[in-house]
Amino acid sequence: MPQLNRDTRHAISFTLNGKPAQGHAEPRMLLSDFLVHELGLTSVHVGCEHGVCGACTVRIDGAVGRACLTFAVQVDGKKVDTVESLTPEEGGLNELQKSFRSNHGLQCGYCTPGILMSLSAYLEENPKPSEDELRDMLSGHLCRCTGYVNIVRAVMEHVGNAP
Amino acid sequence: MSQTQEKYVGQSIDRVEDAALLTGSAMFSDHLPTRSGTLHAAILRSPHAHAEIAAIDVSRARAMPGVAAVLTGEDVKDISDPFLIVLRQPILQWALAVGKVRYVGEPVVVALATDRYRAEDALSAVEIAYRTLEPAVDPEAATEEGAPLVHEAVGSNIVSVRDFAYGDPDAAFAEADRVVKLKISYPRNSHTPLEGFVASVAYDAATESYDVQSNFQGPYSTHTVISKALRVSSSRLRMRTPAFSGGGFGVKVQVFPYIVLMGAASKIVGRPVKWVEDRLEHLSGAAAAPNRVISIEAAVKNDGTITGFRFDQLDDYGAFLRAPMPGPLYRMHGILTGAYDVKNLAVTNRLVLTNKCPSGMIRGFGGPQMYYAIERLVQRIAVELELDHYEVIRKNLVPAGVFPYRAAAGALLDSGDYPAALEKAEKEGKLAELRKRRDEARAEGRLYGIGFAAIVEPAQSNMGYLSNILPLEERRKNPKGGAVSNATVNIDPLGTVNVTADSIPQGQGHMTVLSQIVADNLGLKPGDIHVNLEHDTAKDAWSIATGNYSSRFTSSTAVAADRAAKKARAKLARIASQTLNVPADRLEFGNGKIYAADNPDNAVNLYRVAGSAHWTPGNLPDDMEPGIREIGSWSPPELEPPNDKDQINSSLTYGFVFDFCGVEIDRDTGAVKIDKYVTMHDSGTLLNPRLAEGQVHGAFAWAVGCALHEEFAYGEDGSFLNGTFADYLVPTAWEVPEPQIVHMETPSLVTPLGAKGVGEGNCMSTPVCIANAVCDALGIENVTLPLSPNKVSALIHGEERPPPDGAEAPSAAREVAGNVIAGAGEAFVKSPPGEVWAALLDPEKLASVIPGCHALERVDENDYRAEVSIGAGPVKGRFKANVRLSDLDPPNAATLTGALTGMLGLSEGSGRVTLAPKDGGTALSYDYRIEVSGTVAAVGGRMLEGAARALVRQFFERFATVLGGGEVAVADEAAPSWWTRLLAALGIGR
Repeated sequence: MPQLNRDTRHAISFTLNGKPAQGHAEPRMLLSDFLVHELGLTSVHVGCEHGVCGACTVRIDGAVGRACLTFAVQVDGKKVDTVESLTPEEGGLNELQKSFRSNHGLQCGYCTPGILMSLSAYLEENPKPSEDELRDMLSGHLCRCTGYVNIVRAVMEHVGNAP
Repeated sequence: MSQTQEKYVGQSIDRVEDAALLTGSAMFSDHLPTRSGTLHAAILRSPHAHAEIAAIDVSRARAMPGVAAVLTGEDVKDISDPFLIVLRQPILQWALAVGKVRYVGEPVVVALATDRYRAEDALSAVEIAYRTLEPAVDPEAATEEGAPLVHEAVGSNIVSVRDFAYGDPDAAFAEADRVVKLKISYPRNSHTPLEGFVASVAYDAATESYDVQSNFQGPYSTHTVISKALRVSSSRLRMRTPAFSGGGFGVKVQVFPYIVLMGAASKIVGRPVKWVEDRLEHLSGAAAAPNRVISIEAAVKNDGTITGFRFDQLDDYGAFLRAPMPGPLYRMHGILTGAYDVKNLAVTNRLVLTNKCPSGMIRGFGGPQMYYAIERLVQRIAVELELDHYEVIRKNLVPAGVFPYRAAAGALLDSGDYPAALEKAEKEGKLAELRKRRDEARAEGRLYGIGFAAIVEPAQSNMGYLSNILPLEERRKNPKGGAVSNATVNIDPLGTVNVTADSIPQGQGHMTVLSQIVADNLGLKPGDIHVNLEHDTAKDAWSIATGNYSSRFTSSTAVAADRAAKKARAKLARIASQTLNVPADRLEFGNGKIYAADNPDNAVNLYRVAGSAHWTPGNLPDDMEPGIREIGSWSPPELEPPNDKDQINSSLTYGFVFDFCGVEIDRDTGAVKIDKYVTMHDSGTLLNPRLAEGQVHGAFAWAVGCALHEEFAYGEDGSFLNGTFADYLVPTAWEVPEPQIVHMETPSLVTPLGAKGVGEGNCMSTPVCIANAVCDALGIENVTLPLSPNKVSALIHGEERPPPDGAEAPSAAREVAGNVIAGAGEAFVKSPPGEVWAALLDPEKLASVIPGCHALERVDENDYRAEVSIGAGPVKGRFKANVRLSDLDPPNAATLTGALTGMLGLSEGSGRVTLAPKDGGTALSYDYRIEVSGTVAAVGGRMLEGAARALVRQFFERFATVLGGGEVAVADEAAPSWWTRLLAALGIGR
């Protein structure tokens, strides 16, 4: 880890959704603020800034992480994926996103990108979760609109485990 | 060729909002562009519930890099007026505290800097001297003689008292076979949208006007409050709201004080200003549903018939009465008899102010509190009369066939069949099986209960309901009633249909429903309709009722859009009638065409007809205006001002909700598990059933939170105790079961689309339904929400008993009550007591052992002042410390009393240290008690016990080191902290 100066805006180069990205940030700038306010991403949503709500969840080198608990300088040289990375090559929605839409798995949509990012990683590890397993995983995210029922339905239908 | 157009209203079509939300391209308020040069604001808030502001020094903060201004209440007071309120009482509130702070979280100073980080840096350099005052925290205590006054100028904490009587309640109670009584206390909670408030304001000095971008959700009656506060006419307050908001739930009307604050700040600094609320700010300072104490009585006959209700309601609005308060008390007024046919009603409404966060508009808006009293009481009636709860509900319901039905206090119940709804729920929800399940569980000795709740769900508030707080003669001067909504259908030259409206969506799917309504009217597909629900008061139609609240969309804006679409259709039909040579009333619309009803082949494309209104206006009928831009406005005639008998039709539509549930309580832990939940809804015609169910699921989930988890907690000193989502517990996917939803559709008679509200019913029915089930399971008279495991286990097992003889009492270190921490420990130092004593009294030595001490000066013989940086768990920051040594007994004992103040809050504590000679060294033993408030109390409650112990331990370890070594045995390690308890529970004991 290079020595960082607290009053200096440090250059950060990383891969964002498969494309090279650059920016500058003071060491204390949160990754969430950096992505939204320096790079103009609209998919990153801040809900609590203490890691509980999960709205800002992104993937860093494939691992799921909270952008609000990560400093921007920490992703220098790394690969960061946000919900834009889920868009299929031909555009539109991927199958899980389509299932969210057809099951009304979102209302205000503020928590949705974070949930999709956690799911993208989780379903790689556990492609056919039981409902209990899924609800356990989803308990790392807060949603105030949906009551979770339709989120669970969307995922269970997507993985082919719908009742 | 078949032209019959498929109807989209009533279908569960996919939402047009979702593609943008699922791919992340939807812009929420923090993503919206701001002008270059915009300053970012950070707000310093009061750590005290009640204190005078003796002095504020912002000089150091102003000089910091990147800081443009640091403003106080006096600055804001110069250029703005106090917020308008409904009562003529001297309850003066500016956007920043003036003279006094009245709740923890009240804005005191705002810093403006080039970025948020620097603005927060500036706050850490602001110095404020407070003189603390005794707070009024408990609502009932606040009403007593001699209670501390929140607003001295009012002379009392009770700011309004109104008595109402309908029918002949005295006779009903005199003639009753018996009177059943209950007193309930409903807690403070909030729906806490995941997106906080955002207010971005630019003041233009040339036009003396404010341009606001905010996730404000209405009602736009509040627009007047903002413009008056900023001393401009409403046309010089341009309010722009985005198409996407991260949840509203009523809460987002309460961004308005911050719009005023940012407006004032922008005017003072001459630059645009933006503020984004953080979670601690939201939980401590946004708004809470008012907590309410209700004494309720029912006059009943022995067969369970209720003949009268008496309410005594004390609603706690916190430190200020902010618009649209006291809505929660009066919005439900017309429907105070709930779902029951009760003609006699007496009501006393009292409003009390306390030193807590001001109350606000939160989903359910008065319904959860009111129905908690009514439906708990009905359960008590059943128990006391030894009747079945379900049968008592059924016996008292407003009967079928009497609609529209005028309820005692004035609500005009528009339609319904409550008994049929009960039967449908009983059958489809398999109540008989649930009863059997309860019997079986009880036979096995398990704690199982069934709860019921029947409620009427009001929707679309009458703007006149608050007038009922005023005496008759006063409200006669300026009668208020009605609710206007607006929508526009605009068809452009190429025939594309664009819709705008004043619904101010917060995630419900308004774009989708409006596209369904307009598509049906014009014979198009929803995908052909482009809906833009950004709203701009400078350009779009709006009225005081504009906004998203009181479940009003389906009976308000949706109707306005229907009317606008019908106007557009009529205009198109007249134009087409010239082309097709068919009278306009003989034309049909379908599949993008306008055609003769009796000869579908005689058709013309809709886009051509629409285009002709733009391309060849000269060919239009003589009286027709060119272009197609039709405005639909709607105010239901049933929303009249209150009448001379104080009756008020407080809402337009009244749906019916009937719930029942089975809960099982874990006898060991007190955890309440919802085993089965059935919720029956008659919300009139469903415009999009899938979205309607989504509303039910969302309201239900919050209600489960209210029943089991959510409460804003305050210490006795008014300190706020749960400022994070780790402390204010919101249900997750694990805690919310899937309810069984049963639907019945009795169309509303008072709205053209037949639809009623559906977004708030479960907020009103579910908390009390669960509470009833818990009372049934435990066989107890009453419970207070939320039903957390520790509360329920105390109900099962009683309060914790003292240990049996011979067993050791738990260490004092375990006493962590709210914001008080106490502990004790021991340490050994190799130096003898005399040297230790000398070190304790030596400022330099003391400075070197106090953790994080920068400077320590002696201000008096035994008084010290220090600056310390602390970093223990959540307690991080720079504090000023005052330390005093007293009760000196050299070299045996001394008492240390200290106070720490800093940006994170403050703490006061004292401890006694005793020194005893041991093995040539000194055995030190100590105990301490610390009380904390401010941010530390709000965010760190869970970890303070450990943090305090760590700090005390550090102190003695360093002390021992300075004095030649030793060891520290912290006695209270024997009493495990939550952390060690957790580790032990996970099998990782140490």
